[in-house]
Amino acid sequence: MKPNVTNVIIAGLGGQGVIKASDILAEVALRAGLDVKKAEVHGMSQRGGSVSTDVRFGEEVLSPMVPPGEADFLVVLAASEVEVNRPSLKPGGVLLAPDLVPEGALANRRSLNVALLGALSAHLDVPETLFLDAVRASLPERLHAVNEAAFAAGRAAVAAVRARPA
Amino acid sequence: MNHPERILASGDEAVALAARDAGVALGTGYPGTPSTEILEAFDAAGGKAQWAPNEKVALEVGLGVAFAGARALVTMKHVGLNVAADPLFTAAYTGVDGALVVVSADDPGMASSQNEQDNRRYAVAAGLPALEPSDSQEAYDFTLEAIALSERFKLPVLLRMTTRVCHGKSILQRRPAPPASAPARFRRDIAGRVMIPAYARPAHRRLREKLAAVAEWCETAPLNRVERGDPRLGVVTAGISYLHVREAAPDASVFKLGAVHPLPLARLRAFAESVDRCVVVEEGDPCLFEALRAAGIAVEGRPEPFRFGELNVGRVRRLLAGDASPEPAPPRGKAPELCPACPYHPVYGTLQKLDCIVAGDIGCYSLGVLPPYQAMDTLVDMGAALGVGLGLRHVLPEAEARRVVSVIGDSTFVHSGLTGVAEMVYNPPPTGHVVLVLDNGTTAMTGQQEHPGTGRTLDHEPTGRLSIEGVARAMGVPQVDVLDPVEDPAGFEALLRKRLAETALSLIVARRPCILAAPDIRKWEKAADEKRALGGCAAACLGSAPEPLSPRGGEGQGEGAAQ
Ligand SMILES: Cc1ncc(C[n+]2csc(CCOP(=O)(O)OP(=O)(O)O)c2C)c(N)n1
Ligand code: SF4
Repeated sequence: MKPNVTNVIIAGLGGQGVIKASDILAEVALRAGLDVKKAEVHGMSQRGGSVSTDVRFGEEVLSPMVPPGEADFLVVLAASEVEVNRPSLKPGGVLLAPDLVPEGALANRRSLNVALLGALSAHLDVPETLFLDAVRASLPERLHAVNEAAFAAGRAAVAAVRARPA
Repeated sequence: MNHPERILASGDEAVALAARDAGVALGTGYPGTPSTEILEAFDAAGGKAQWAPNEKVALEVGLGVAFAGARALVTMKHVGLNVAADPLFTAAYTGVDGALVVVSADDPGMASSQNEQDNRRYAVAAGLPALEPSDSQEAYDFTLEAIALSERFKLPVLLRMTTRVCHGKSILQRRPAPPASAPARFRRDIAGRVMIPAYARPAHRRLREKLAAVAEWCETAPLNRVERGDPRLGVVTAGISYLHVREAAPDASVFKLGAVHPLPLARLRAFAESVDRCVVVEEGDPCLFEALRAAGIAVEGRPEPFRFGELNVGRVRRLLAGDASPEPAPPRGKAPELCPACPYHPVYGTLQKLDCIVAGDIGCYSLGVLPPYQAMDTLVDMGAALGVGLGLRHVLPEAEARRVVSVIGDSTFVHSGLTGVAEMVYNPPPTGHVVLVLDNGTTAMTGQQEHPGTGRTLDHEPTGRLSIEGVARAMGVPQVDVLDPVEDPAGFEALLRKRLAETALSLIVARRPCILAAPDIRKWEKAADEKRALGGCAAACLGSAPEPLSPRGGEGQGEGAAQ
């Protein structure tokens, strides 16, 4: 695999906004002028089943699917989905799970997908404004304020972890 | 370039954009994952798109468009091509005047299908060119290419896609629009299009001549290309597998096929001879491998386990290393289940309670097979509920036969349940039979598409409506009932008990909208009512307005839900 490719897997349950989050992330990469590919399996319209999407970006992306065990980041929106997806993370890769964002930090827990994107953004070398632009471009206007707040809460959560004494 | 900007698009969207840019006159198909979004995107981009009752009809409509010299796009999932196979094989003989591109969206790994058949086989069997894109840019480019090929060689062209290419997103740049097709007009060509044996015999010869010309074109076509690398390892590949190969073996020499039928055998032979070891990497059936071997080209295939499921970079690495050791099982996530407020809950509760033998069918309602209900005993193909249920009824001992119910969704019923009803009326089993149509007012499984039974077009405008209960009565089913299983679950149970006990043919429509679709249905129906009231649209002249979606229990003919 090319070392310049960043591999992100976003997972959760149907209805949680997994696909939305991956669309936003792919849009960020596009706006950053990078090559980007996104793979997912979706089909059934019912809710509740496992959903996972792969987003890869960098100078040149080949396969749209993150090779097994090579994810740099694993973003999981449902606690119950952490263990099934953990093997996809590379050794030393970063797990961003729902418990990162404390209960009460979000006005509406439905914006956890964008909050965890905020957390992811704190780990990436991509300007924050690109993320915010992509969030706004992907959501209807009435949801902008709550999602911008969620995004900030996700970034703050990463900052709080970093500030903690090791 | 007209559209130089980079956009992020799925393969499905890419096909739609190309069809739009090429001035496709009509897009038609039947929903099926992963192909459904093509027509929706074509409609959103301003194209004329419509859902057909099933894939066979869609292909025939597309063929008519292409007979008239215009460009047609017909979309379906892989199993849809089984339904459309009959016109496909003979359309290869008749050929076309305009363009006919048939998209077959295959599903290796069965993310959402009942089998993982490899439709490259259809290209060989019917004798049609088939192109296979690897990503969204190619999905766009190959759609344009397929249209051009179809017009040039006067043949339908298959565009074979797979789940990852259909649903994956990657960067795409649109191209300058190709030249427009000539205006549609009728050109009489009786010997070319009326396939009685006398005309079909020469037509078959013409087909083989055209295919030979396509094969010659394939030898130099840029969509088949060689990427020179290390001469010690050569790989022949196509579609999504190409991208896995590039990543798994970055130094290898690669023959990337854009056309998977017919094959550029001369170039492939030269390629295989130019490398020390030549391996074919393909998902699904060993189609390329067998064709190359049959041509006497020395290529290696893959160990049998790689025939199953999708490939990925890790699997391609193992494949190239000849590693057939057991693979780690993929992680098992949580299975989907019926939505908590799905109208099917009371239906499956009753089927379970009455210990019915359920000849089932495909749709959201297939989830009734999972716990807690486990109330489905067979699922084979769309429409099979009818035939399989009747077959069971014909031979089972009476006590068991009386427990058999055919359960089928509304979209599935229109797709291929009607001929099953004809069979039931014509060859009734000794104990009679009970058909249960689950009418949730939409094609829920694939993301809530319209169908003839909803009375709304692909973009939710009012149009003529096929009445399920009306057609059942007209076909001669003596007992037809309509009721709402959510509003009246006790009435539903009582009715089902009664019909199972009788020795008669019965069809029950359990009508209650899908909970996810209901708000939209209300919105569309309101808009439709307003249009009908204005009387402005052509559809207003077509038959009656739809009956209410949730009539009172047992409002059908005869004794209804009773008790
Ligand atoms: C030949 C064929 N075409 C398409 C499909 C995909 N598909 C499966 S079921 C279905 C329709 C489901 O609609 P409906 O019968 O109304 O049931 P619902 O999902 O609404 O419960 C479709 C489009 C298929 N499996 N086979
Ligand atoms: S999408 Fe509709 S039909 Fe399917 S499970 Fe949910 S409520 Fe039922």
